[in-house]
Amino acid sequence: MADDHTNAATNAAAYWRANLRLIIGCMIVWAFVSYGCAILFRPLLSGIPIGGTDLGFWFAQQGSILTFIGLIFFYAWRMNRIDRKFGLGE
Amino acid sequence: MSQFAINLLFVGASFALYIGIAIWARAGSTKEFYVAGGGVHPITNGMATAADWMSAASFISMAGLIAAGGYSASTFLMGWTGGYVILAMLLAPYLRKFGKFTVPDFIGDRFYSRTARVIAVVCLIVASVTYVIGQMTGAGVAFSRFLEVPSNVGIWIAAAIVFLYAVFGGMKGITYTQVAQYVVLIIAYTIPAVFIALQLTGNPIPMFGMFSTHTESGIPLLQKLDEVVRALGFQDYTGDASSKLNMLLLTLSLMIGTAGLPHVIIRFFTVPKVADARWSAGWALVFIALLYLTAPAVASMARLNLMTTIYPEMSGQVQDYEAAANNPIRYEDRPEWIRSWEETGLITFTDHNNDGRIQFYNDANPDFAETEATRGWAGNELVVNNDIMVLANPEIANLPPWVIGLIAAGGIAAALSTAAGLLLAISSAISHDLIKKTINPAITEKGEMRAARISMGGAILLATYLGLNPPGFAAQTVALAFGIAAATLFPVLMMGIFSTRMNSAGAVSGMLAGLVTTLLYLFTYLGWFFIPGTNMLANTPENWLFGISPLGFGPVGALANFVVAFVVSRATAPPPIEIQQLVESVRYPKGAGLAVDH
Repeated sequence: MADDHTNAATNAAAYWRANLRLIIGCMIVWAFVSYGCAILFRPLLSGIPIGGTDLGFWFAQQGSILTFIGLIFFYAWRMNRIDRKFGLGE
Repeated sequence: MSQFAINLLFVGASFALYIGIAIWARAGSTKEFYVAGGGVHPITNGMATAADWMSAASFISMAGLIAAGGYSASTFLMGWTGGYVILAMLLAPYLRKFGKFTVPDFIGDRFYSRTARVIAVVCLIVASVTYVIGQMTGAGVAFSRFLEVPSNVGIWIAAAIVFLYAVFGGMKGITYTQVAQYVVLIIAYTIPAVFIALQLTGNPIPMFGMFSTHTESGIPLLQKLDEVVRALGFQDYTGDASSKLNMLLLTLSLMIGTAGLPHVIIRFFTVPKVADARWSAGWALVFIALLYLTAPAVASMARLNLMTTIYPEMSGQVQDYEAAANNPIRYEDRPEWIRSWEETGLITFTDHNNDGRIQFYNDANPDFAETEATRGWAGNELVVNNDIMVLANPEIANLPPWVIGLIAAGGIAAALSTAAGLLLAISSAISHDLIKKTINPAITEKGEMRAARISMGGAILLATYLGLNPPGFAAQTVALAFGIAAATLFPVLMMGIFSTRMNSAGAVSGMLAGLVTTLLYLFTYLGWFFIPGTNMLANTPENWLFGISPLGFGPVGALANFVVAFVVSRATAPPPIEIQQLVESVRYPKGAGLAVDH
């Protein structure tokens, strides 16, 4: 019984760590496209022309939004797999 | 049929649709009033969230601000979409597992404290009422134009309609009505944009059109726009921002504010499973992005059309911008749309140099003063309210009258749907969290519903009064509301979920620190309680603390909240063991029941 309990606790802790790892990875991309490409690094991207302006402008007005959508669906898909792997889904 | 009759027809038909759905899905019990029985599909929920979310700020006001601000106004685009990433990963699934109706419910239970619950109610009301002020401003613009009345009258008409509409049904009525509203508003936003993109670039998809070649001049549209605005002393449309710090802070403020706004969070209590809460956030963002990817195209094209309407010689291949700039249209030849907006008071003309022509340019640019003098200009003569750009856009582009009727219906749908969602959040905070849970637990269901409706009425009156002299354009006022939510509710929600050590003393002092610092900063520059003329310092960059604009102050307030909460919680006893277990259990989806009233 005590063993089962410990196993369940270890399993839960591993699940939470996997979740946090995934979140941190996604948040890095999230910050990189919006605060990075669209704002801070825009001068660095000014050499890449796109339709009358530069890549940084595109990231600010469209690129980051498209990335955000991709990120959320990626997270939902991966999390559902993690839920199942650890047997903690509904 | 006159334009007025067509507008009335479109707006009337869309209203009949919403009211029909509201009657069909009328809320029976308090539970249905708040969370629609907990059984809404992620796609349906995503669409309703999108309608709830995209308010007058997104629909009516945002593209106008981008048209005026160009690149630096991209903050609104990124900020109001990036928050969904935070919601999907850091909040929605856990709050769904927690299974409560409202945000103060979560805070009150997680921090086992009546004080925490009451302070959360206060923060929620301050943020939501500020938000409703922005909606009233936007709805006022829409009503004043399509009913052809002054903008003050438009706001009062909007207030009456929002009130009738919001007390009609609860969440369930609202969920299905909002799906209909989403459909109306996205069609209304997209159709004119497609026509205009076709006219200007030959590309029917606006989001690609804005990066294509401008047909008349043969150069890329954005390059053309830069040339035109430069000739009139404005900053380049695609030019870099003057303050990257404020751009970063405002984007961050809008993002974390999204994740702290009660009327959005409440949406994620209505899906059946924790996994659905994650998918719901994704679907909501897909539906939001349909508008947000079109908005920058609307902005750039509307700006170009506006400029070339006033300076017709600037529209084609221009060799000499100087000559073109000297030939703006005569005031007496101004198009019909300028005449009709003049009646609302949202466009004004003053002939400073008495030449009978409209000089529309940037008279605040010191580098342009010399050109200004050579051209014999004596100041900018046309003042165009940013909030009218989207609504005026089809008229500026000479689109058929039915398109103009459609956009009026869409703008009103956007304002109504969000105002209703916010009023629901305010009324449930007062009737459920404050009265039932704190002041009078013995209140009957009927009494609770009555309290909810009275608080809705009060909130509308206050917001309308402040909306008559708003602290900014609709989208800016709404951005202030996000700053308040970012500084108050977001940090405690995060700490409530991710820290087992966070206790009630920490949460209470954190919320107070965030609320007080943020409100003090806003009121210093924008007037006490946003009442004009009561501000202590002029709202100009020289006066701002470290150059931080009041719009971008949210993250600073949030930081104060986090720091104070952390310090106070470490100095006081940890939360009881059962609360720590509760926080643990929220991390695992297994065992999430329906949202329960307890």
